[in-house]
Amino acid sequence: MTPILRKLLLTVLGWIVALVIAFPVIWMVLTSFKSETEAISRVPHLFAHLSLTNYVAVQERAKYLHFAWNSVIVSFGSTLLALLLAIPAAYAMAFLPTPRTRGTLLWMLSTKMMPSVGVLVPVYLLFRDAGLLDTRVGLVLVDALGILPVVVWMLYTFFKEVPREVLEAGRMDGAGPLREVYNLLLPLSMPGIVSTSLLAVILTWNEAFWSLTLTTSKAAPLTAFIASFSSPEGLFYAKLSAASTMAIAPILVLGWAGQRQLVRGLTFGAVK
Amino acid sequence: MATVDLQQLRKTYNSVEIIKGIDLTVRDQELTVFVGPSGCGKSTLLRMIAGLEEITSGELLIDGQRVNEVPAAKRGLALVFQSYALYPHMTVAENMSFSLKLAGVSKAEREAKVMEAARILHLEPLLDRKPKELSGGQRQRVAIGRAIVRHPRLFLFDEPLSNLDAALRVRMRQELTKLHRELKATMIYVTHDQVEAMTMADRIVVLQAGVVEQVGTPMELYQHPKNLFVAGFIGSPRMNFLTAIVVSVSDARVALELTDGTVIHASLPASAVSVGHTITLGIRPEHIRLSATGSIGAQVQLVERLGSESYVYVQANSGEVLTVRVSGEVNVAPEEKVRLAPDSDFLHLFDAIGQRIS
Repeated sequence: MTPILRKLLLTVLGWIVALVIAFPVIWMVLTSFKSETEAISRVPHLFAHLSLTNYVAVQERAKYLHFAWNSVIVSFGSTLLALLLAIPAAYAMAFLPTPRTRGTLLWMLSTKMMPSVGVLVPVYLLFRDAGLLDTRVGLVLVDALGILPVVVWMLYTFFKEVPREVLEAGRMDGAGPLREVYNLLLPLSMPGIVSTSLLAVILTWNEAFWSLTLTTSKAAPLTAFIASFSSPEGLFYAKLSAASTMAIAPILVLGWAGQRQLVRGLTFGAVK
Repeated sequence: MATVDLQQLRKTYNSVEIIKGIDLTVRDQELTVFVGPSGCGKSTLLRMIAGLEEITSGELLIDGQRVNEVPAAKRGLALVFQSYALYPHMTVAENMSFSLKLAGVSKAEREAKVMEAARILHLEPLLDRKPKELSGGQRQRVAIGRAIVRHPRLFLFDEPLSNLDAALRVRMRQELTKLHRELKATMIYVTHDQVEAMTMADRIVVLQAGVVEQVGTPMELYQHPKNLFVAGFIGSPRMNFLTAIVVSVSDARVALELTDGTVIHASLPASAVSVGHTITLGIRPEHIRLSATGSIGAQVQLVERLGSESYVYVQANSGEVLTVRVSGEVNVAPEEKVRLAPDSDFLHLFDAIGQRIS
């Protein structure tokens, strides 16, 4: 096989795989522009009678912007909170390790293996008593704690790549721990912090379990917005597609913009 | 300007003792070199002085003040790392002025100090570059510049030249010595290279396995090594060692018999040894001559020619392999039988436990 042919085949194969994976999303976007009857027709038409009526209908029924704003606040807020907690933790684990550091890290990650529903009742009761039900603060708290293990683990890995001696040089130059982190560690691991944040934002944006159980209307994010379309009156595929498209659009754009960082973040440790 | 006192300094890592109770005084304005094989604890000791390693027990005094618990950031010392450890995201000028910025020095003063250091180290054209745009030698200069802008009371160097190529290393060695003279600063310099230690030091501290073997000026260590370890470590090529038995003692002279029966005479106060003792005889390669009337018989194994001089590796009849340093003009070939004449004024004698006999 000549190299050109090989390259051509690989490219075609790559496109096919990408299309297969992206098909549901593409189909959803297309459906969102169709009428309800066309959406469920047995012989699907790819581009028949496209219109924006579904979007208008969705906007009339529920205030999209209200939910979107909640999503932005909750995902960015919880990411920020998680970073604030995780940076000192990862710093300590990476540069001042004790014999128990490894075990602590594994324990933190192991909490992610327990299904969230296992702590639903206690968390719900705590939230009820603290007046946090249906508040953005409450959702920020629970989402931040949810992603904390992943964020600590990723930052720990990125911090480990920063040469210890550079930080020691800073200490010799008179930098206290805060200066050391702010002036040296953070700028040096910025790519890692950016990709960690990006992943955290995406994870919290998509988080549905806690959003659905702990919020009703005031603090409900887009995941709750979507869920509200799949209920009592039966399924309206076209409208549901329109709502879903609007729900994933912001994060899709963010993911697209941060593609390079994201790939680096997701393959961390794999390629050194 | 500082003196450093170490009193019974110890360091334990996971119940393994790395530094085993070191007593030492580093004098003001001197360049003191810690030298020893890898793993001897010299870098750990330096990092303890710097404040980067905790002190398990003992006292560390700088200018008479106990600083055991003072954090590195507050000791006012400068450390030049083996890996340079420059801040990769800062320019050369920013690297050098970082400490001044942290200390709250005004911008104008910072610039003046950076310019002065840059002038001393010939870094002026590089001030706006990032570390990755510099060669190894230039990075080394920046690391030194970062130390000197602060006018610290004590400079610490952790094998700063070991990442440079041979030619550059020799040049930087000379420049550092010059810098030490100009700044009149107290410096502690760690190296595993005894040539660096000999050429740069005012005083050398030889370390082995966390213990100080000997402290002295380079020539003291070369001429009067206290034990077999120092004798073998200082000097290049290293000292030759022969096992011998004391066969007779008369006033100020002893006769030593090598394992093949050869007898050698050495000057030594008679009280130091007695007949029948097994001792180790040390002779430096430069203190043996090839001579037809020499007392030790040997066969040449290999000749290394450096031009001005040659190192002749021979196997003595007693079995030991010896190095002989001869002038470049001397012609010997492998397999040739030769006779060696050790210079009896420069013999070093060590007892059964390796301590110098004098």
